[in-house]
Amino acid sequence: MSRRIVIVGATSRIAECCARLWAAQGAEFLLLGRDATRLEQVAADLRVRGGQCETRVFDAGCAPDVEGLVDGAYAWRDAIDLLLIAHGTMPPQERAQQDLGLARQVLEINGVSVCLIAEAFAGRMLARGAGTLAIIGSVAGDRGRQSNYLYGAAKGLVARYAEGLRHRLHGTGVSVVLIKPGPTETPMTVGADIGPVTLAQPEDVAHEIVRGIDAGRRTIYCPAKWRWIMALIRHVPERLFLRWRI
Amino acid sequence: MSQPPLSDRWLGLRSWGLPGPFPHRVLTLLGRPELDLARDHKVLAIGAGRSYGDVGLNAGGIAIDSRLNDRLLGFDEATGILDCEAGVTLDTIVRVMLPRGWFPMVVPGTRFVTVGGMIANDVHGKNHHTAGSFGNHVVSLTLMSSDGAVVDCSRDHESARFRATIGGLGLTGLILSARVRLRRVVSAWMMARCRRFAGLDAFFELEREAADRYEYTVAWLDCPSAARGPVRGIHFAANHASTAQLGERPPAPPPGKPRWIPYGLPFSVVNAVSTRMLNQAYWLAHGPSEGLQPIYPFFWPLDGIAEWNRFYGARGFYQFQCVLPPEAEQAGLAELLRTCGDAGQGATLSVLKRFGTVAAEGLLSFPRPGSTFALDLPNLGERTRRLLAALEAIVLGVGGAVYPAKDANMSRALFERAFPGLDEFLSHRDAAFESSLWRRLFGTGP
Repeated sequence: MSRRIVIVGATSRIAECCARLWAAQGAEFLLLGRDATRLEQVAADLRVRGGQCETRVFDAGCAPDVEGLVDGAYAWRDAIDLLLIAHGTMPPQERAQQDLGLARQVLEINGVSVCLIAEAFAGRMLARGAGTLAIIGSVAGDRGRQSNYLYGAAKGLVARYAEGLRHRLHGTGVSVVLIKPGPTETPMTVGADIGPVTLAQPEDVAHEIVRGIDAGRRTIYCPAKWRWIMALIRHVPERLFLRWRI
Repeated sequence: MSQPPLSDRWLGLRSWGLPGPFPHRVLTLLGRPELDLARDHKVLAIGAGRSYGDVGLNAGGIAIDSRLNDRLLGFDEATGILDCEAGVTLDTIVRVMLPRGWFPMVVPGTRFVTVGGMIANDVHGKNHHTAGSFGNHVVSLTLMSSDGAVVDCSRDHESARFRATIGGLGLTGLILSARVRLRRVVSAWMMARCRRFAGLDAFFELEREAADRYEYTVAWLDCPSAARGPVRGIHFAANHASTAQLGERPPAPPPGKPRWIPYGLPFSVVNAVSTRMLNQAYWLAHGPSEGLQPIYPFFWPLDGIAEWNRFYGARGFYQFQCVLPPEAEQAGLAELLRTCGDAGQGATLSVLKRFGTVAAEGLLSFPRPGSTFALDLPNLGERTRRLLAALEAIVLGVGGAVYPAKDANMSRALFERAFPGLDEFLSHRDAAFESSLWRRLFGTGP
């Protein structure tokens, strides 16, 4: 039986690279995203690679209809094996600092909408006693930093949410995977000022995500080195951290 | 759908062989771009960066990075035609299609090249004598010119632009997508034969004898051995394995993981002594044999070592590849070998193959009947450039050609003699597109 996979934010580069790996195994996809044309391009590619795809337009930005999204997904298939939540936005933070409307979007799209979508799917998966909720967070959620704290705060919300949801669902057969990519070369970061780090390739990140999900990992740092880098950064005493302009 | 570039910034880019980095204004694109090219802007599409010299560079100008445009658009099982965006790599095509029993008609010596790059350089492979070059199997392509117009070109429609774009060095516009023909294979195994030879006569005899029976042939040449007597080498010939030959083996073993070379060796570990040792080791490792070999090491042995160009250190290396016409191939090759031997600077990988008579599609295509010879030379500065000039003089003298995809040194005189389709090509060139190679040959010219 092929895997039934729902991807929210399917045109995100990391999600697309994951989907390519699942397509090679013959997965069935429901792809959701903002841009119908780009969704269809992603779907065409996945079909050639061995996947079956349907696409739906979904915008996490303006009062998203999460119930509609979940109903639609369960109308597509009566059971879903894997939900990957991958949508996000990362405008330059200085712009969000000056524009509260934009700040709200950063918080809502990357944080609130992600939790609500996961919450709605969690109920359905719990009823069946099976399924995996995989959520793309970020290393930026591990500690607030002056250069990216709005995005980081939203990703921090997602991390704490995933932790609690995992606690609630423990032993039910539904698993929660939090994925924390380091800076990755994607359309979201290609124009952004990331600082002096080497960007990971999305194909490599996707390999680690797919392997981590199959291995039943709870938290996936990708590339794996970010687990140790962030552990160090989290433990720098604030007195020192405040003077460090990262 | 048109989109503004995702990013627009200055970056240092490198080619595979040259030291670099070279400054480029890099536009990263997703989807069909909204090109707004002021008349004085010189643009060039860049792919995977595996060209050796400056054909894939546009130093000081704009580089259009379309590597995110890497979607497979469709595959027709009935005809074997794959429709894909120009940024798709050969690696992707092989990984996706080979387990289903499909393989490209022509593959070059590395999988890490884009479809756009393979078309722009009309690349060839070990089966040139039976299949021609990559361009012969491109069914159609979508080309965007600097004025924003998008045209589908094929042998039936806009055929002149189609022929100009195949092997057109990226100068006729931006290749957005292409439809390329694949072929059926029963497995990811090759039935390969390996023979040692001494002397060019023996090489030509092996090529003649193998041409009818084997789809793929190529020879490795121990260049330094030419100084001690008849040049020695190893001749490889192979066909795709049949089901009967396969036996119990898994039909599609996956490629191995590439090994890495630590970044930035400050100096070249390739020199006259190490190349003699390497060539000797290679000779000893390849005795006469016949048997099954996985497809990946057969076609792409160097892809097993990621970024092997780092062996050459910070100064990089030159690759020289030429083709000599049939009437002059034997004498010409002997002279090339003699010249290399006299220079005594060592050459690691020397490859020799006879091209077949399938006519190339492109106006500037490199493959043509005769023998093609390629060698890597560590960059020792002026001394190496003198050697390259001497090799080119031999090629010019016998009416041969040098391969632009590898070149960083060719003269304008040689280019004009070697590519008689140039005049016709110029009428299809898009004036906004330019490369470092083009400026080196023609200035800001024709």
